[in-house]
Amino acid sequence: MTEMAQQTTATSPGHVEYVMRMGDNALILGQRTAEWCGHSPVLEEDMALANMALDLIGQARMLLTHAGRLEGRGRDEDALAFQRNEPAFRNLTLCELPNEDFARTMLRIALFSRFQLLLWERLLSSTDSELAAIAAKSIKEARYHAQHSGDWVVRLGDGTEESHRRAQAALDYLWPYTAEFFIPSAADEAAAEAGVGPLWSTLEADWEAAVRPLLEEAMLSLPAPVPFRSQGKFGRHSEHMGHLLAEMQYLQRIHPGARW
Amino acid sequence: MTMLTEAQVWKALEAVPDPEIPVISVAELGIVREVQVQGGAVRVVVTPTYSGCPATEVIGEDIRAALVRAGATTVDLEWRLAPPWTTDWIGEAASEKLRAYGIAPPGERAASATQPLRFVSRRIACPKCGSNETERVSEFGSTACKALYRCRACLEPFDYFKPI
Ligand SMILES: [Zn+2]
Repeated sequence: MTEMAQQTTATSPGHVEYVMRMGDNALILGQRTAEWCGHSPVLEEDMALANMALDLIGQARMLLTHAGRLEGRGRDEDALAFQRNEPAFRNLTLCELPNEDFARTMLRIALFSRFQLLLWERLLSSTDSELAAIAAKSIKEARYHAQHSGDWVVRLGDGTEESHRRAQAALDYLWPYTAEFFIPSAADEAAAEAGVGPLWSTLEADWEAAVRPLLEEAMLSLPAPVPFRSQGKFGRHSEHMGHLLAEMQYLQRIHPGARW
Repeated sequence: MTMLTEAQVWKALEAVPDPEIPVISVAELGIVREVQVQGGAVRVVVTPTYSGCPATEVIGEDIRAALVRAGATTVDLEWRLAPPWTTDWIGEAASEKLRAYGIAPPGERAASATQPLRFVSRRIACPKCGSNETERVSEFGSTACKALYRCRACLEPFDYFKPI
């Protein structure tokens, strides 16, 4: 989307980071989800996962293009995706964790899409009109992601002994990383102050209200809270991030600016 | 100097097939939002369907090529996000073409299709035999815009164009 309308309002570094973080979430989860292409248990799920990955990458393109314009340093979507180093990425750690198996893949999309839905909903009235337009487009896609992944979480959790075991293991593994969604940040403060978007910390109650009934229906039990807080959105990533970037950025690192 | 009329431009756009569903045109899909003509210079505003739709760039190129063939001297193509595309912009005639092609059209208004996150699948009429005895196989079909269904009456699988 290189031909979208320009935006000229003055922007704070917090505003740029806020949009960049959203773009990075979509990009990194899109990259992870796309790893399933050609490997899914059945053809229908191969297509579903590829389609969800494409939606996420499409959202990432719009968000990173916009973040690059707000930043005003001449970086486009490709420069931001392929030429930044690990600490410059602001995605939630949850998005970069390995897929492991189908259960963890679907549960992650279920947890994340419910968070994204709340965020898109609030961003519909953003003072940043471009961000509001991206939200209006993406919220429709996020609804289908939430629905599809939610159906699978229930089917797996309330399924066979083996599928339940895997779904519970996925929840035990992923749950501690969801606390990071709601950690306060300076970028959130700046964005909220300017009416760009909500403090992510204010979404916690609504997110839990959306997630708990799903997990209950799936017969999954919530792990006990832990003090651990992952820090991806502050640029401190897990050991998995470097490997993901190495694969995603390889071509552009070897041949900078290469085009199809 | 070439003089094009707005009507000629729309006519050209009605001949540009959607790359993934060639029985309907990009005009019928409802993604062409504005057309302006000044002499031979044409300006078209288009809105993408899904954010990650891989057909987006092909559609842009096909539109340019068709307009140049129709006599445009320059083509200014703007992709605009707002308001976001909705299946409500697919007209009645195009819906019938979809059905004849074997794809169940979106039918209901997208706004009313907004439902709680978990729900039983809607009953969609089979585009082949018309039966309502159908079931959803997957929320995602051959492309992001379609879901995969199966008819329990004639036993045929079919695509359903999801309301969005
Ligand atoms: Zn039938």
